[in-house]
Amino acid sequence: MKQTQAFLSTYTADVSGVCSALFELGGMTVMHDPSGCNSTYNTHDEPRWYDTDSLVFISGLSEIEAVMGDDRKLIDDIIDAANQLCPEFVAIAGTPIPMMVGTDMPAIAAEVEAATGIPSFAVPTNGMHSYVSGAGMALAAYADRMVYENPGEIIPGSINIIGATPLDFSVNGSVEAMKKFFEKSGRKVISTWAMGSTPEELKISGRAAVNLVVSGTGMETAELLKKKFGTPYVAGTPFGEKFGSRILSCLDAAEKTGECLNAFVKADGSVPDTVIIGESILSRSLASAIYLEYGKASRIICPIEADGGILASPDMVLSDEEDIRESLKNAKIIIADPLYKRVSPVEAVFCELPHEAYSGRCFRRSMPNLIEKI
Amino acid sequence: MLKRIFDPTDTTGASVKIADASFPAPFVSGLEYGAPARGTWNIVHTGMLIPGAHQIFVCADNCLRGVVLTAAEMNALDRFSTVAIKENNVLDGDMEELIIEGVSDILNRLPALPPAVLVYTSCVHHFIGCDLDYCYRTLRERFPGVSFTDCYMNPIMRKSGLTPDQIMRRQLYSLLKPVPHDPKSINIIGNNYATDENSDIVRFIRENGMTLREAPLCKTYSEYQEMASSSLNITYNPVALAAGEYLKAAQNQEHLYLPLSYDAGEIRSCMSRLGEYLGVEYDGCPEGEQRAEEAMKQALSVIGRTPVVIDYTVTPRPLSMAVLLLKHGFNVTRIYADSFAREDEEAFIWLQKNHPGLEIYATVQVKLRVLPRNYGEKVLAIGQKAAYFTGSSNFINMVEGGGYYGFSGIEKLAELMTEAFNEEKDTRCLIQQKGLGCESCI
Repeated sequence: MKQTQAFLSTYTADVSGVCSALFELGGMTVMHDPSGCNSTYNTHDEPRWYDTDSLVFISGLSEIEAVMGDDRKLIDDIIDAANQLCPEFVAIAGTPIPMMVGTDMPAIAAEVEAATGIPSFAVPTNGMHSYVSGAGMALAAYADRMVYENPGEIIPGSINIIGATPLDFSVNGSVEAMKKFFEKSGRKVISTWAMGSTPEELKISGRAAVNLVVSGTGMETAELLKKKFGTPYVAGTPFGEKFGSRILSCLDAAEKTGECLNAFVKADGSVPDTVIIGESILSRSLASAIYLEYGKASRIICPIEADGGILASPDMVLSDEEDIRESLKNAKIIIADPLYKRVSPVEAVFCELPHEAYSGRCFRRSMPNLIEKI
Repeated sequence: MLKRIFDPTDTTGASVKIADASFPAPFVSGLEYGAPARGTWNIVHTGMLIPGAHQIFVCADNCLRGVVLTAAEMNALDRFSTVAIKENNVLDGDMEELIIEGVSDILNRLPALPPAVLVYTSCVHHFIGCDLDYCYRTLRERFPGVSFTDCYMNPIMRKSGLTPDQIMRRQLYSLLKPVPHDPKSINIIGNNYATDENSDIVRFIRENGMTLREAPLCKTYSEYQEMASSSLNITYNPVALAAGEYLKAAQNQEHLYLPLSYDAGEIRSCMSRLGEYLGVEYDGCPEGEQRAEEAMKQALSVIGRTPVVIDYTVTPRPLSMAVLLLKHGFNVTRIYADSFAREDEEAFIWLQKNHPGLEIYATVQVKLRVLPRNYGEKVLAIGQKAAYFTGSSNFINMVEGGGYYGFSGIEKLAELMTEAFNEEKDTRCLIQQKGLGCESCI
């Protein structure tokens, strides 16, 4: 039956995705939730929680407030907290009960903004989708509200890296390595959405010549920046030297032509017996990198939302446990989070690739930095 | 334009002197922060106390994420499964079908049927008016060899009636099948930790020839079922009260609530009540009290006037603990708690009168996120949150009273304080592990 997981884990949900995406941007993120979302997020989805004092809270929604449709308490509580803590912006994310009772989040955000003068926006999550959707919408909402409309002239050869959160890149130096890689190649990295850059750097994103989308969480923002500034984007994560070079060529081409490109390599031949399970852009980038480095083709199983145009046959979007098990039947090599071992054939070679958005902190110590070496 | 900035020294709204505090809720409710101290158990940890039982959570993805990784971190994923709720289930009204077919599907796929299944439903079921009785009835018909019980992850109810934690501690015993009672068998129920073998209560029970049973001691499902044979249930943690009342009604087992205490008079009173039930006289345990007094004196000679801070996770009665320590000369300066149990009211009044300057700090109020986590001098923290908020490495790593009870509990507390004062711990590493005492893969 669909929707059941007898053996497997669950991906980080949209609400945590919102918090993760906005964590370093100086705002205040409020999960409109009774309880539980906060500890889930800050225990399993946020490796920066202990050391960085980002303002992420829950509303503590109660039964009576939900039944009576009492949004006043939420509004007053947000205003009160915002007045105490003075954030740069306020983001409000929903969970299942606010969705069920039809809470008007954009209206609440508007009331908060009117009362505090702080830019406020709602992110329409409901706790039933993955972090790709939540983080994607949050970054796009931030881009829409906070990025300068007239940031100055476009800087030739410059890029924004979009879609970097610890959910996909952990805190193992991958994001820093990406920046270093592009800077070493002579490209100026204006901002990284949204790890390791200041809000001010993000706000001048319109000056970049090209945007690089390094995970599915960055796609919506890249589309929005294209609409706003006409900036073309390239999809791909620079895993390993050869695929990194390919991405550099794509960036050059995109800058020249203004066209959006995917950097992925399509391997020829029959259905590969190597399977990568994971987020679409990261997995296709890894498959491309492996192909370029070792000549070995892979197919992707993406268990979460994937934008059209990223995956290609024989890749599949499969979220059901039994479907995944079936699809792995003939695999000889499986590259996936260790928790997928439970549905993998024992005779297959299993290459552990821990994914923070899947197994949380269980295998954090062994999350590799694939930018530097695959 | 002038921009308002946060003043990190302003604790208004986040702390209050006890003289000015109200009972039982000293702070205004608002947005809530969650500190990274994770030692307290959640409903997954507690449910795992039933040996061999399988847990199935039926919730939205964001709710599932926290519980499935709790199970993963405690290396117990083989006893854990999930059914995800999607928008269409809410809109189509097929929630009963989702539960029945989802749970059935999982059970049919497990390598062997478990003896018991805990099915956890969520806030969504509560709001949608899901017919849970029908679901459980159908599941029992389909799987007659499996005992099902209803558990809840519905935090939206935490401010109205029993909290999910209280309900979990009650439902933990709902699978017991009635059997004739053995007058020589006693349960201690509602705790995540087995009560210390050296504690007054355990020694008293054993010395009087009784068999003691506790869920954390059960190694097999049949051992767990033997708890149904006890004639008496003892609770001492306030959140376990509902479990005692439930079993009195459901199993006709007597219930004695003997609250965990740090007061000699109250300890004697509780133990005397147990003696009355057993038909033996409790002698007041003068040697135990003497040892506790000596241990307190010894600890004071080491710790001296070093500030001591206590939090609500270390004991359900932090104010009573503060009274004990202040009466013995310790320099208790701060309590971290968002509310108090009614059992602490007397201590609250005593503290207001005798130590009006004692500071009460919230743990969830938003400013706690940004206030400096540095006490400014060496401080002895009793509890993980106290350690986190004061930045102390000298702390007692314990939750929920740790299973200690009576005069021996006070003696143990003194020992732990001395040890914590003398030896620094890796606070960052220790307090982030979930469910203190459970297996942990991190």
